Amino acid sequence: MITLQINGLEVAVEEGTTLLEAARFLGFPIPTLCHMDGLSPYGACRLCVVEIGEGPRAKLVSSCTYPAQDGLKVRTASSRVVRARKMVLELLLASCPQSKTIQDLASAHNVHRQRFRQEYEDCILCGLCVRMCEEQMMAKAIGFRGRGQTRSIGTPFDIKSEECRLCGGCMYVCPACQLRCTYTEPEKAVCGGCANVSPPCVEKEQFDDMMCYMTPCVACEIEK
Amino acid sequence: MLETRETHGPSSTETASRAAPYPATDATEQEPDDVARDKQLKRDEILGILSRHDGNRGGLISILDAIQAKHGYLSADALKVVADETGRSLTDIYGVATFYKSFSLKPRGKHLCSVCTGTACHVRGAPIIAQEFERQLGTSAGEMTADKEFTLETVNCLGACALGPIVVVDGHYFSNVDSARVKRVIKKTRAGLDKVEIKGDKRVFPITVSCSRCNHSLMEPGHLIDGAPSIRVTVSFEWKHGWLRLSSLYGSYTLESEYKIPVDTVLDFFCPHCHADLKGASDCPNCGAPMVSMIVQNGGIAQICSRRGCKGHMLDLDGGGF
Ligand code: SF4
Ligand code: SF4
Ligand code: SF4
Ligand code: FES
Ligand code: FES
Ligand SMILES: [Zn+2]
Ligand SMILES: [Zn+2]
Repeated sequence: MITLQINGLEVAVEEGTTLLEAARFLGFPIPTLCHMDGLSPYGACRLCVVEIGEGPRAKLVSSCTYPAQDGLKVRTASSRVVRARKMVLELLLASCPQSKTIQDLASAHNVHRQRFRQEYEDCILCGLCVRMCEEQMMAKAIGFRGRGQTRSIGTPFDIKSEECRLCGGCMYVCPACQLRCTYTEPEKAVCGGCANVSPPCVEKEQFDDMMCYMTPCVACEIEK
Repeated sequence: MLETRETHGPSSTETASRAAPYPATDATEQEPDDVARDKQLKRDEILGILSRHDGNRGGLISILDAIQAKHGYLSADALKVVADETGRSLTDIYGVATFYKSFSLKPRGKHLCSVCTGTACHVRGAPIIAQEFERQLGTSAGEMTADKEFTLETVNCLGACALGPIVVVDGHYFSNVDSARVKRVIKKTRAGLDKVEIKGDKRVFPITVSCSRCNHSLMEPGHLIDGAPSIRVTVSFEWKHGWLRLSSLYGSYTLESEYKIPVDTVLDFFCPHCHADLKGASDCPNCGAPMVSMIVQNGGIAQICSRRGCKGHMLDLDGGGF
């Protein structure tokens, strides 16, 4: 067992527990975006930052990937943490303002504007879809491609994947695709396109700017 | 919108057949013989490369590197063979192949022309040189010319910053390039770089070399090999790290080293002064291992194969003399 302090409260957890799990066990809320139970931690979005250590050596780490250590002092809502989180949210709003998930997170944290150049990315590279496909569907049909500016998600060579099971899991977990998507509640769907699931691995070319990979629905296609 | 909905059905089946990893047997039979033979040949080559990397799980990058050295680029078929044979997913392999700039998924021209736009070359005017190449070749960086002769690319440091701006064509270094010389580089390449180079020179003569990054001399006047001052570098292999002294007589292979280095080991070479990796931009023409580059006093670059026992070397006095 490992004993650590979170916001002044002592807690004993098993080896291998992440700071996020420990904090949630104590009931301290930490917002997350790229974390999902059942998928391995990835640490892409940095929304779950917490502060560890003390004095000048205190630093910010992503709680979803940081393992609990004996004697560690963690603060989940210090002013530095809150500031960093707001900045992350502003950056997320700057790249993908149309995402319902990101909008909700921003408003919950009192972020109402962002000060960067506005972009309309279809994807924030959170990797949820890739992990879903690999770890839950055992398909590995989609993955990261390229790097830097041109990094993207998709199938090898952008052609229909033989491995894809058309499960729709990738779209279901995608935080960028939830503006109008009501996939789990079809009666509330704007378009009903979700009834004809045709995931990323099928064909995406026709609608470059659509929010999710479903065709034929293009209800959410963004005007650029 | 309606139209796209209607075309969705048929076009997706079309994509499906295009995407099938292996054509059904009857499709293969319809292929002209030589295409099939070529495919089989390439497949055998890949299998050969894979067998050399057997049991090495971390070896994906060197496998892809070796395939690209053989075929010039990484074709979809090649990646699929690698996926099948190594049991890795095609998605992962594609991810690696697209991550590194040195891998090309498109066929490349006969000559590969790499213009360095790394920091050191950038401040010496590399962007203008890259533009001049684009203009002269009528193509843009990352693309092949229409006549399939050249592929132009920009890279981030070719390991010879002290002589920048650097352009490497087919493994031959051109140093201190300015835009007026671009035309000559292209002309020389068209005429055939092998005609003008001094590769494999049988004569034995001493050279004085320095680090291609920091320009610090690598010579050790106090330690003679073959009766001439030796060249001292740091090498590492299999967790071992120590000095290596080479004969400075070009054409001699005498060396001394701190550790016994088994024949065929590929070594990593470092500058003993700035600790930079001395790996150059080209591969050994004999064995495919990376070449190590050093600056030769009075201009030019000497390259030696990093594999112990391999006699691959090149002496490039400014791409064969300007
Ligand atoms: S729909 Fe295909 S790509 Fe998406 S998670 Fe399922 S198997 Fe993977
Ligand atoms: S497609 Fe969606 S789930 Fe996948 S990485 Fe992009 S934002 Fe995340
Ligand atoms: S394409 Fe259809 S299913 Fe996907 S987000 Fe838009 S409305 Fe929802
Ligand atoms: S939830 Fe921890 S980095 Fe995204
Ligand atoms: S920056 Fe051009 S060779 Fe290093
Ligand atoms: Zn050096
Ligand atoms: Zn060699």
